[in-house]
Amino acid sequence: MEKKTLTLNVNNQDYELYINPKTLLVEAIRDHIGLTGTKRGCDTVSCGACTVVVDGLAVKACSVLAMQCEGMKILTSEGLEVNGNLAPIQKAFLDEGAFQCGFCTSGMLMSASAFIKETKGKVTEMQIRESIEGNICRCTGYNSIVRAIDAVLKGKYAEGKK
Amino acid sequence: MISDFRYLKPGSMKEALQMLKEHEDECKVICGGQSLLVIMRQGLVSPEYVISIKQLKDANYLKYDAKEGLKIGATCTHRTVEHSTMIRDKYPALREMEEKLASIQVRNWGTVAGNLAHGDPAGDPAPVLIAMNASVKLGSVSGERVVPLEEFYPDLFETVMNHDELIVEIKVPPRPAKTATKYQKFNLLDSDMGLIGVAVTVTVDGDKCKDARVVLGSAAPTVIRARAAEKVLIGAKPSDSVFEKAGEAAAAECSPVSDIHASEEYRRHLVKILTKRMAKAACEQAKISG
Repeated sequence: MEKKTLTLNVNNQDYELYINPKTLLVEAIRDHIGLTGTKRGCDTVSCGACTVVVDGLAVKACSVLAMQCEGMKILTSEGLEVNGNLAPIQKAFLDEGAFQCGFCTSGMLMSASAFIKETKGKVTEMQIRESIEGNICRCTGYNSIVRAIDAVLKGKYAEGKK
Repeated sequence: MISDFRYLKPGSMKEALQMLKEHEDECKVICGGQSLLVIMRQGLVSPEYVISIKQLKDANYLKYDAKEGLKIGATCTHRTVEHSTMIRDKYPALREMEEKLASIQVRNWGTVAGNLAHGDPAGDPAPVLIAMNASVKLGSVSGERVVPLEEFYPDLFETVMNHDELIVEIKVPPRPAKTATKYQKFNLLDSDMGLIGVAVTVTVDGDKCKDARVVLGSAAPTVIRARAAEKVLIGAKPSDSVFEKAGEAAAAECSPVSDIHASEEYRRHLVKILTKRMAKAACEQAKISG
């Protein structure tokens, strides 16, 4: 087997890896870089627990080759907070209690933050629900997650407030 | 477990095609890999070489002109199609199909050409594109050829592509006047594959149905055209009883399987209902379109 060197930019930091080219993005992030916030769930592009944001787009890291992400900016749940301050979506999840077992949380946060970033203007509750269509919460705690995303979109956590 | 492979990263489509020629029998082309990596993990496919075309920005395009119609490049993602205002205006059925295809994450990374090359009869793009009379441009080191998409699938998960070819472009002709396409799949979860998908294109002329294409997904080993249903529609004056008859014809001529998700009988019933509804919706849309 022929290993390859690869530089991955995760949460604004470059990591130099020496990996088997079949390494999936979720394996590179968890097993090689050691950031375990990203979860490995179904491994079949179904559950969304492994969602990370690549160049602004939410993708399922269990079905992306790490090699294909060279030169791209990868954001994981660890990269959401800035200087020790939680991102608005993280605060909202806490305030709304948008967790039960917590396994889907990192993926939900990443899908939600990509959606919030690309959203302009008002959205309906249905659009919020569609924004997390690729993420399954097996505890079925969707309502609180939807409320949390809604709160951020309504500007509850905008700078200057709270 | 995915078995080991050598990773090749061409810098241009030309280089990709040369690599494909060199390793034609033991390689796979990957772009988004949203289908390929799943079957590689299942051990169904274990290529010695994987050629990535994801980085080929030149092939990531979506172009339209009134004469030649739509061109979708090899590395153009589902999400690009979904978000394009040109698609929304010119090919609304494509956008509606994309919005229901798998999940946002899959659409962000996966490509339309990759979906077609995978050859799953339950895929969403093929029925809609066949209903729109689309074709695929296949490239190889020895040149290019264009194949109508409806002749692209000889059998389940098979395509007419030679081992040294890949889809370099999808071509959709301009929408003729007074023509509309409608597509619906039936599934229990929005992000699931359809148990059945039906796409219908209708061209109206006065109060008559001048032309029709009825395409069924998941209703046979490949995506198929329901010719008997089309015959019912063509030349007829659209009415509920004509749509009903078209649905019955489509249900009779398809050959769906029974599996854990639905019985054959149930799938035939879905073909009948969806054909009826899509034919009606396409007719109504065609009448008011330019």
